Amino acid sequence: MRVPLSWLREHVELPADVTGRDLAAKLIAVGLEVEKVESPGHDVTGPLVVGRVLAIEELTGFKKPIRYCRVEVGEPEPRNIICGARNFAEGDKVVVALPGSVLPGGFAIGARKTYGKMSEGMMCSVSELGIGDDHSGILVLPDDAEVGADAIELLGLRDEVLDIAVTPDRGYALSVRGVAREAALAYGAPFTDPAAVPLPADTERSYPASIADPTACDRFVLREVRGFDPSAQTPLWMRVRLYRAGMRPVSLAVDVTNYLMLELGQPLHAFDRGKLTGEIVVRRARPGEKLETLDHVVRTLDPEDILITDESGPISMAGVMGGLHTEIDEKSTDIVIEAAHFDPVGIARAVRRHRLHSEASYRFERNVDRELPLRASYRAVQMLAELGGAEIVPGVTHAEAPVEPVTITIPADHPDKVAGVTYGRDTVVRRLTEIGCTVTGDEELTVTPPSWRPDLVDPNDLAEEVIRLEGYENIPARPPRPIAGQGLTPAQRQRRRVGRALAAAGYVEALSYPFVGAKDFDDLQLDADDDRRRALRLANPLSEDEPLLRTTLLPGLLKTLARNVGRGQANVGLYEMGLVYRPGPDGVRRAPRPPVDRGPTAEEVASLEAALPDQPLRVAVVLAGNREPAGWWGPGRPASWADAIEAARTVAREAGVELTVKADQHAPWHPGRCAALYVGDLLIGHAGELHPRVVQAYGVPPRTAAMELELSRLAPSDAVRAPRVSTYPVATQDVALIVDADRPAAEVEAALREGAGELLESIRLFDVYTGDQVGEGRKSLAFTLRFRAPDRTLTAEEAGRARDAAVAKAAERTGAVLRGG
Amino acid sequence: MSAPNKSYDPVEVSALRPEEVDRAREEALAAVAAAADLEELKRVRLAHAGDRSPLALANREIGALPPHARAEAGKRVGAARKAVAEALKRRQAELEEERDRRVLIEETVDVTLPWDRAPRGARHPLTTIAERMADVFISMGFEMAEGPEVEAEWYNFDALNFKPDHPARTMQDTFFVESEDSGLVLRTHTSPVQVRALLSRPLPVYVVAPGRTFRTDELDATHTPVFHQLEGLAVDEGLTMADLRGAIAAFVEGMFGEGLNVRLRPSYFPFTEPSAEVDMQCFVCRGASVEAGAPPCRTCGSEGWIELGGCGMVNPRVLVAAGIDPERYSGWAFGLGVERTLMFRHGVEDMHDMVEGDVRFTLPFGMEI
Repeated sequence: MRVPLSWLREHVELPADVTGRDLAAKLIAVGLEVEKVESPGHDVTGPLVVGRVLAIEELTGFKKPIRYCRVEVGEPEPRNIICGARNFAEGDKVVVALPGSVLPGGFAIGARKTYGKMSEGMMCSVSELGIGDDHSGILVLPDDAEVGADAIELLGLRDEVLDIAVTPDRGYALSVRGVAREAALAYGAPFTDPAAVPLPADTERSYPASIADPTACDRFVLREVRGFDPSAQTPLWMRVRLYRAGMRPVSLAVDVTNYLMLELGQPLHAFDRGKLTGEIVVRRARPGEKLETLDHVVRTLDPEDILITDESGPISMAGVMGGLHTEIDEKSTDIVIEAAHFDPVGIARAVRRHRLHSEASYRFERNVDRELPLRASYRAVQMLAELGGAEIVPGVTHAEAPVEPVTITIPADHPDKVAGVTYGRDTVVRRLTEIGCTVTGDEELTVTPPSWRPDLVDPNDLAEEVIRLEGYENIPARPPRPIAGQGLTPAQRQRRRVGRALAAAGYVEALSYPFVGAKDFDDLQLDADDDRRRALRLANPLSEDEPLLRTTLLPGLLKTLARNVGRGQANVGLYEMGLVYRPGPDGVRRAPRPPVDRGPTAEEVASLEAALPDQPLRVAVVLAGNREPAGWWGPGRPASWADAIEAARTVAREAGVELTVKADQHAPWHPGRCAALYVGDLLIGHAGELHPRVVQAYGVPPRTAAMELELSRLAPSDAVRAPRVSTYPVATQDVALIVDADRPAAEVEAALREGAGELLESIRLFDVYTGDQVGEGRKSLAFTLRFRAPDRTLTAEEAGRARDAAVAKAAERTGAVLRGG
Repeated sequence: MSAPNKSYDPVEVSALRPEEVDRAREEALAAVAAAADLEELKRVRLAHAGDRSPLALANREIGALPPHARAEAGKRVGAARKAVAEALKRRQAELEEERDRRVLIEETVDVTLPWDRAPRGARHPLTTIAERMADVFISMGFEMAEGPEVEAEWYNFDALNFKPDHPARTMQDTFFVESEDSGLVLRTHTSPVQVRALLSRPLPVYVVAPGRTFRTDELDATHTPVFHQLEGLAVDEGLTMADLRGAIAAFVEGMFGEGLNVRLRPSYFPFTEPSAEVDMQCFVCRGASVEAGAPPCRTCGSEGWIELGGCGMVNPRVLVAAGIDPERYSGWAFGLGVERTLMFRHGVEDMHDMVEGDVRFTLPFGMEI
């Protein structure tokens, strides 16, 4: 809502020295969010005066016709002024910027030679004066303007405009009337209600109308004028105000309805009486009905749409937009003004259904003062009579449905209890009365809010009114009292640990958007029936290419990797921790909407949870380039499948679980370089080198490696039991075992570990050899086994026996043969 | 060590002959003097003063001598061993001196050679700042509550007093999960966690809920469709706006330091009543940039205040929807923007930087913020 300060001052007696910024600060303090204060015209300086064109000499021979004018400006001698506009005649009053004056935007006017003549100033358009968009011609003033008068003052060129973001509860503040009320409260200044016009004691009905659906509309008012002069011009002051408030002047009749909507908050609609057929009825639409609205769109109506109809059918979408065929035009003389109170929900739904927003619907959605229609419509016909020469037809049509008045009962100290401040009953009653409430009662207050505050329905609404007017700044800060909290949960701590460990291992965290497209699943080489293709779809995605919610973290990470590589980072390791979204086997189930006037039952909570998709927490890494860079020490070490698996081990370590790695074939990984990651028998993820097709599809470097696992499947670990540290010496035994080349080392190691028994302290694979010495299709795995006893020094024989047992188990399980044995 | 020899055997004591002891001593002293560096001296020490050195072996045989001969032999061997030990000590000192003087100098390397073999990583500053913000509340005794990102409309809107067709609902620019009447949305704020916490925890409830939220804004310098909020909720007996203000003041102090004012401005949220926007005094200029002629402040745009977020007293209708008696309990809640906080606390100027995952942006933030 844009409110010119000059307009506001007409309705609230603010101290003369109050600036727009002062007022903004006060309004902000009482809850109107003033986003900015503009100062149009504050860079304008005179002499800017009213002039009268005495003579026009047409100059020819230029690209366009030019006028050389003699203009009387209230000085002893007239001025000679060059002008390119042609919309004026000798004798017209105009605005003249004399040399030395400055127009909006810092445009300085001087005497200068142009078109072969000396021009002593400029005749101005509304655009040049900053009070309109029109620059097709100069501004011609009404004849009663006094030659030589200061045009800055006369036209109100200098003003301040408050731009207010009105919160949706405060529909009343979408008007000069509402903002003036708040300004009056903030300053304790007198307020004059622009709606408080004396109404004639109308006894007759105007144009016939009735309400067929009282749930759609509870008040409907029509008034009429006849003999309106369709050529009558909107007065300049009104055009300036509309312009400052952000609306475009159209024609006098339309401008009057817009002007009153801005001033009072009541949207009005004007019908050409000659285009109406029979009685007007407010009703819902019937199946198949259509209406062509003012924006020349033929709209198919929904049975829920609220309509204004006559015997010809729909003539207006109530509160949203008028119909094209009953619109007033340049020949309309008899006008029917409609002012009504529509159901906010009905209007809101129509707006959404037809994606049709208007200044009127914006206000109706936010609730309009139900007491306005009679008054606003009367002011409209008054203005049409006064400014357009119309004759007011006596009488008014007033259809209405009964509405129960709202009363709220609160203990007089309720605001005190909400704020933590002692205001006292008198203050509470005074503040509520100031905002227009009727208050009765002593300890227990019965409060009837004013008609313009339909947002006040609950005790806390009233508390807020008292507290905001008493000043939020006067609420003390009570220091928090300590609470016996338990700190982070094990799962929350685990998450932080995993993040830190991956960062410490050289991975940089990325936070990708969770939006993906079917193309991502293709790029990942997922099979047609891969579970990860079953993704939730957004009804209104930002991009039609990415309407799905991710089922894996990898697409986002791979795109981030490609972006980094594209920007010149050769060696990149990234990690991400976040949710993936996995719809259940039956797809999306409809979530219930239990009532909110009570807590949900356990069954209702359970059915809400059941409707949600599974949203497990995952962690993933991708890495490319060198894991260790090349340097003066020698070559770098390329990132590989092994690093990806190591990242999984890093995560498992922080989760306190033992990871088992098995070979697997699983998209998007390289079929020969893919590890399935297990904790016990539970599959938790995969790691390895990506498939070359995936690498190509995402444009990431060759041999890019990745890991993804489901953190939600790692239960936070139990507390660690302290190990007993033996101080007896270690006995070390190396063994080299020859096995088939495709025998996983992990199996050999597991067998050795099992066979070695309790004396084994650690086992480490230190060499893998293939070549002539071990034969085709075979490989040699060399392990160091360290043995130690908790209670004695092991003899060489004991260590040797343990080693032999380990080797025997490996032989039995994996066919391993001791090398050189 | 060998045990005392009970049976006397004159053959075994040849090592204790005076000339043998003297010879061993001379050889040892010569070897010590000839040792050219510490490594060699270490070998000399082992050969001439170690457990298997001639003098050590001789010493061991003393017990085998007849009692009358033991004293003299012991004296002789003891003097020899002492002389060797002293020579070793002297030579050790000389060689260490020389090493310090010459060898260490020769071993000089260029320590300015770069060594960046270990890859560097970092956590995202949005993660770490959200943790830090949450930790301020956790240190006051709050617990961390969580909720899903695909959320039921009931939690995201209905239970939070968003009326079905109220403009406040459409203002949230919601992503709907297909189909539009599925009743599922991407949560538009962390406030549904309020309702979840109230339904799942015993009263009183003091929780903080950081999390990822979604609205249908296109990415630009100041907007992103995926962003983060931090929600705080306290529901207890007798809570007032003074408690809300106190908690926010404590947060500001914990996050930005002491002595910064907090300002509440009346506002509107369906789930709080009364509601407020909360501002803090600029922690950089402390409001000084507002004065005429003062140098401008980039952090607050010379406004003197920084917008933190929204807050208010939990709307009793929300308590009712969560099955809590509003006559007995009251509460406060706030919501802070994590991106916003990172932007003004660390001077991030463009939302793209937080979204794109460029490692050059993230690395300097390290592990904590």
